[in-house]
Amino acid sequence: MSSIAQKKGFGATLWDYLTTVDHKKIAVMYLIAGGLFFVIGGIEAMLIRIQLAKPDNDFVSAGLFNEIITMHGTTMIFLAAMPILFGFMNAVMPLQIGARDVAFPFLNSLGFWLFLFGGIFLNLSWFMGGAPDAGWTSYASLSLASPGHGIDFYAIGLQIAGAGTYIGGINFLVTIINMRAPGMTYMRMPLMTWTTFVASALILFAFPPLTIGLFFLILDRMFGGNFFDHTMGGNTIIWEHLFWIFGHPEVYILILPAFGIFSEIFAIFARKRLFGYSSMVFATVLIGFLGFMVWAHHMFTVGLGPTANAIFAVATMAIAVPTGMKIFNWLLTIWGGSIKVTVPMLYALAFIPSFVAGGVTGVMQGAAPLDYQLHDSYFIVAHFHYVIVGGVVLAILAALHLYWPLMFNQMLSEKLGKWTFWFFFIGFHMTFFIQHFLGLMGMPRRVFTFGADQGWDLFNLISSVGAFFMAAGVIILVVNIIITAVKNVPVGNDPWEDGRTLEWAIPQPVPFYNFKQTPLVRGLDTFWIEKQEGNKEGMTYAEPLSDIHMPNNSFIPFMMTVGLFIAGFGALYNGEKEWAVPVLVLGLAITVASMAVRSVKDDHGFHIHKEDLMNEKGGK
Amino acid sequence: MSHDAQVYVKSETEFNYIKQKRRKDMRGQITTFAIMIFFTLIAFTAVAADFSKYLIAPVILLLAVVQVILQLFYFMHMSEKNHNVPMYFLFVGAFFGFITILTFLTIIWWG
Repeated sequence: MSSIAQKKGFGATLWDYLTTVDHKKIAVMYLIAGGLFFVIGGIEAMLIRIQLAKPDNDFVSAGLFNEIITMHGTTMIFLAAMPILFGFMNAVMPLQIGARDVAFPFLNSLGFWLFLFGGIFLNLSWFMGGAPDAGWTSYASLSLASPGHGIDFYAIGLQIAGAGTYIGGINFLVTIINMRAPGMTYMRMPLMTWTTFVASALILFAFPPLTIGLFFLILDRMFGGNFFDHTMGGNTIIWEHLFWIFGHPEVYILILPAFGIFSEIFAIFARKRLFGYSSMVFATVLIGFLGFMVWAHHMFTVGLGPTANAIFAVATMAIAVPTGMKIFNWLLTIWGGSIKVTVPMLYALAFIPSFVAGGVTGVMQGAAPLDYQLHDSYFIVAHFHYVIVGGVVLAILAALHLYWPLMFNQMLSEKLGKWTFWFFFIGFHMTFFIQHFLGLMGMPRRVFTFGADQGWDLFNLISSVGAFFMAAGVIILVVNIIITAVKNVPVGNDPWEDGRTLEWAIPQPVPFYNFKQTPLVRGLDTFWIEKQEGNKEGMTYAEPLSDIHMPNNSFIPFMMTVGLFIAGFGALYNGEKEWAVPVLVLGLAITVASMAVRSVKDDHGFHIHKEDLMNEKGGK
Repeated sequence: MSHDAQVYVKSETEFNYIKQKRRKDMRGQITTFAIMIFFTLIAFTAVAADFSKYLIAPVILLLAVVQVILQLFYFMHMSEKNHNVPMYFLFVGAFFGFITILTFLTIIWWG
């Protein structure tokens, strides 16, 4: 490996990616895998909208429709949105804090492979007897009754993918706490790093309830347990609680990095310091904290009683306060700025009204009495698509344009980018705005068709047409990516010309050791400060040039994951096929053996020597 | 992050300071250990002596809480410097856990 690009054969490149522990390459893999699942989830969304385009449609059957909506939700949340955000966190955060890699490069790789194999496992259900069909929430009263293996794929697939996310979250936490460059105090960290930090803390606390819930579900369905079966003394409501104790923080795990991305974009393209930085940090932490006190607002109609409903309603509305702080800070960042309307900035500008609309309907649903009316209607569907598409997906598309030059040293076409934006933005509002009214008119969510006499025809058709606009936007984006990749024009560092934080100061393409010398951070917006002082290099260094210690590549994370993947099939067919238990044991044995190899084998990594660094050549 | 190898020689004062500090730490650890053994004795005695259930359960739970705190601060070195972040995370996690259990108790099992 070297900082100077070399031609490598396909096999060597593949092996490099299978074994890499470099956060930049893992980021690319997260992006590709997440992008792939995003397209799969998108196709499922299109099928849903085609089915609902006209009344009494029989494009898909009712059972298949249930499978599609379940897989659409699960794929988009767990396998598309979160991994893509993880990709951006991986690509940007270590560079922003001046680190050479994340704290545990090996675990970073393990986290990625667990996510990928979990996602593949889940999607294999399509070809192995039917996908899960109890909704992405998979409420136990419904999922325990589901025939076939769909729910088993859901439980085991998410368990594997969830372990990967958990490992990733812990890794980011340790990295941010321990590996900041000299001078990078907590209150000088860019917002992208701050939101990564808080989102990782949410992962740390939110994923254990999901893991427990999924294990209960696995035990109930595959190993004769009765945690959720009320006829055997269990309680089905426990699943709902466990799921939402995880599920509500989960939506903040998605939206906080989106906030971070937009905070970066507003500051860069308004060419102003972020307004109210410290209140932004405070609001981020507060949102993260309050996120754990509100889960029962998903369960107002379960019958928790008026006291519980009132407590959770008030807590829910409280979250609007820190979120509002953020909105005003962004507006005041733009205010009086020298604004440059690039593609990322377009997304950011569009995000504010879209997300506020989603937030307002959120507060409406937070009022428990009104929620009794709105519950399980299309109003809910409209609400969460406004926050997730209007917040998270817009952030992902914005970040794709913003960070593309950082990750690949090329610039996506601004012209095609604007086409993507307008198609997607118009399509998004067309699809989901009207769903509010469908909800108010009484259309329940998760129905596979509706009657022609119910008066929902036109609005559903408009909604479906909007979905095609969004699809067109995504197709233009794919074309844009292909054209850019083929042209391959290098753009160098700071291609937006107004980069403020450390990642834009690094020479392009980013050397695999990131920083030849650890930088010294002298304030918020480090790179901006250096530019203002006329520092051509863009960095002040905190140390003399010396040997750099780097970790070795490893194939072990891949093997560990393959073991769990195989064990998953064993668990799935337990009690049904004779080979189930041996396969389960074999899979776990592979994983444990890989862990043993990792423990026994000494792997001290390698050094890049000072002399090689001076000659601009990496080690190895 | 590696640097050129350096050998650092401690001064006499530094050496004595560290020695003293370690002695103090050791004393703390052994005292805590003794207290913990004593707690265990109390717990076992309470059960062996056939006290009322309603006395034994709260006492053992109280001792358990104290044990956890001693464990964290003395054996897991939370009392030392630079442990603020882990401490913060621990308390936040404990708080979330507490809320979860409280909700389960109040709105699932008692309600």
